[in-house]
Amino acid sequence: MSITVTELDALESESIFVFREVAAEFERPVILFSGGKDSIVMLHLARKAFAPAGVPFTLLHVDTGHNFPEVLAYRDATVEQLGLRLEVASVEEYIADGRLRERTDGTRNQLQTIPLLDAINAHRFDAVFGGGRRDEERARAKERIFSLRDEFGQWDPRNQRPELWSLYNGRHRPGEHVRVFPLSNWTELDVWHYIEREQIPLPSIYYAHEREVFERDGMLLAVGPYSRPRDGETVSSRQVRYRTVGDMSCTGAVASTATSAAEVVIEVAASEITERGATRADDRASEAAMEDRKREGYF
Amino acid sequence: MSTLLRLATAGSVDDGKSTLVGRLLHDCKAILADQIAHVKTVSEARGGDFDFALLTDGLRAEREQGITIDVAYRYFATDKRSFILADCPGHVQYTRNTVTGASTADVVIILVDARHGVLEQTRRHLAVAGLLRVPHVVLAVNKIDLVDYDEAVFTKIAESVNEVADQLGIADLQAIPVSALVGDNVVERSAQTAWYDGPTLLELLENATGRTDSSNQPLRFPVQYVVRPQTDDEYRDYRGYTGTVASGTVSVGDPVIVLPAGRRTTIAGIDRPVVTPTSTAVVERPSAVAGEAVTVRLADDIDVARGSVIVAAEASPGTRRELAATVSWLSDRPLTVGARVLIKHTTTTAQAIVTKITGALDLDTLGVIDATELHLNDIGKVQLKIAAPLAADPYSSNAITGSFLLIDAHDGWTLAAGMIDDEEGELL
Repeated sequence: MSITVTELDALESESIFVFREVAAEFERPVILFSGGKDSIVMLHLARKAFAPAGVPFTLLHVDTGHNFPEVLAYRDATVEQLGLRLEVASVEEYIADGRLRERTDGTRNQLQTIPLLDAINAHRFDAVFGGGRRDEERARAKERIFSLRDEFGQWDPRNQRPELWSLYNGRHRPGEHVRVFPLSNWTELDVWHYIEREQIPLPSIYYAHEREVFERDGMLLAVGPYSRPRDGETVSSRQVRYRTVGDMSCTGAVASTATSAAEVVIEVAASEITERGATRADDRASEAAMEDRKREGYF
Repeated sequence: MSTLLRLATAGSVDDGKSTLVGRLLHDCKAILADQIAHVKTVSEARGGDFDFALLTDGLRAEREQGITIDVAYRYFATDKRSFILADCPGHVQYTRNTVTGASTADVVIILVDARHGVLEQTRRHLAVAGLLRVPHVVLAVNKIDLVDYDEAVFTKIAESVNEVADQLGIADLQAIPVSALVGDNVVERSAQTAWYDGPTLLELLENATGRTDSSNQPLRFPVQYVVRPQTDDEYRDYRGYTGTVASGTVSVGDPVIVLPAGRRTTIAGIDRPVVTPTSTAVVERPSAVAGEAVTVRLADDIDVARGSVIVAAEASPGTRRELAATVSWLSDRPLTVGARVLIKHTTTTAQAIVTKITGALDLDTLGVIDATELHLNDIGKVQLKIAAPLAADPYSSNAITGSFLLIDAHDGWTLAAGMIDDEEGELL
């Protein structure tokens, strides 16, 4: 069904309310910004919440070192244009100096947790905005809008605070922090409707383009420095786009001809596969892959 | 108005909530191919039939134990409207999650196992729905297939629940015989219940009205955050008060009072943000209604900060430092008279002392009994003395300015959901 303007307005107002609560009640908030569509929409909403003043938050990118160059370019241009402050937690550095070890499968999404937690501790961030949506995944469906994390960054799904009306309780003790998810109630389709309505620019890989890909486990992986076809996997040039943007080695593309947000809306509405099911190899690892990562402090 | 409907489920353990939600989503085609494939694989690995509960029970422990531990939020849409569903646990120790789901719900679906009828949890969930003034309550008499689709069983349960609902002041309650497992009367009408001529669950949800439109009530605008760009451009002297309109309509030129100070002024401007990839600005708009996040400017330079509430000059609630309220106690630690807590009310957080516990709800008789303490899951009446004046309304007239949290000042845990009593001081 088509989303009415009033529904998008209601979601927008709810998210803006959340940004303002955090700005008012926390001392050192930060927005996790990857250059992916959800974090881009999140930043757009944050800008609306404080207009005509600037966004009173720092940005933090946990950089796996396996990013799409188009996405990094978008990230840096945005920071420059808006005069924002960006902190980067680099997985590559952790691997280089031995604090983390490369996984045998070569993917790095799982390796982001420790650099993230170290950055939160080092900068004493007390509120960390994430673009996670509850429609993405089973464990994320259980997440509160204000989610308390202990001094190890751990999520305890059995012991979450009740979240009543719109009275968000952000109180925490020293060492603890709160993860905040202003897009909790948005769906993938809502996000795309909003990108279309607000004419929000995105990295080019979100739209159909020609790319060398090979098929693995039903996903189209890009041929690149971090992902190479194995024996028996054939490379072909296809019209594809990305539904999610993450570590290049485990984020799949989807066949697509959509070259505008309006066309993507039509594709997403008709899709028979979820965003993560279509594009995230790491979420297929086990029945509770995301839950396990969230418990450890992942976003 | 938005066509979005928020619903929450409630019921006891094993009465089939997760199965009902899974069935609803599945039959509304809201479950996509990869999710279905996943459930099939897991169901088969366990040697069973397709388990609808696995569509919603997302945590490892939930799947292992076959129970729902915490609220899961689901999103689905039909041709008529879209839905946000809070799938709440039924276990007694997780009642706080039912309160969580119900606090924003337009509809609460309470499940009863047709074989067991009304249980204490049913009464508790009805009390929570009544207390929170959820506009519609649906009683899903589930597992009707296991009582041979017996009309008499359904009628008996519906009648006893109606009796309880009447006592609790629940105005709108509709009972539906369903089998979540088989799919009777969830999305598809059942041929097995020819004696039932009411709507299916989905039909009812598609036609339910949301919470009462509060835009006709007096203006309440709690200030969240003051925007002062202090830049060198046209916004050098800009001072905007941001917030979400809690009720009523705010228009440029309206006379208002800023509480708690009680200063009178008028609305000088209402601003809407306009952001482009490179610029951030605002444009004026004539008015804003309940639910909208906006920025207002005032005609006079008076002291306004987070915690201030801008209210209609002709209908000010005034302020109070003492409250009589009904609370749902959500903590393992009991509440005692003299307890020092924090109260969070709109955008104000202040210290409070519990000066009196005036009673607790007895779930058997639905009467108020004497109580000196409130324990986990108790619904009780308390009086509070507060260190700061609050611009509060009774919950019955305003869910936003009439609700509050009680918070443990030491560890930050949310202790209670509170609803300010009206003048009659009725429990529900």
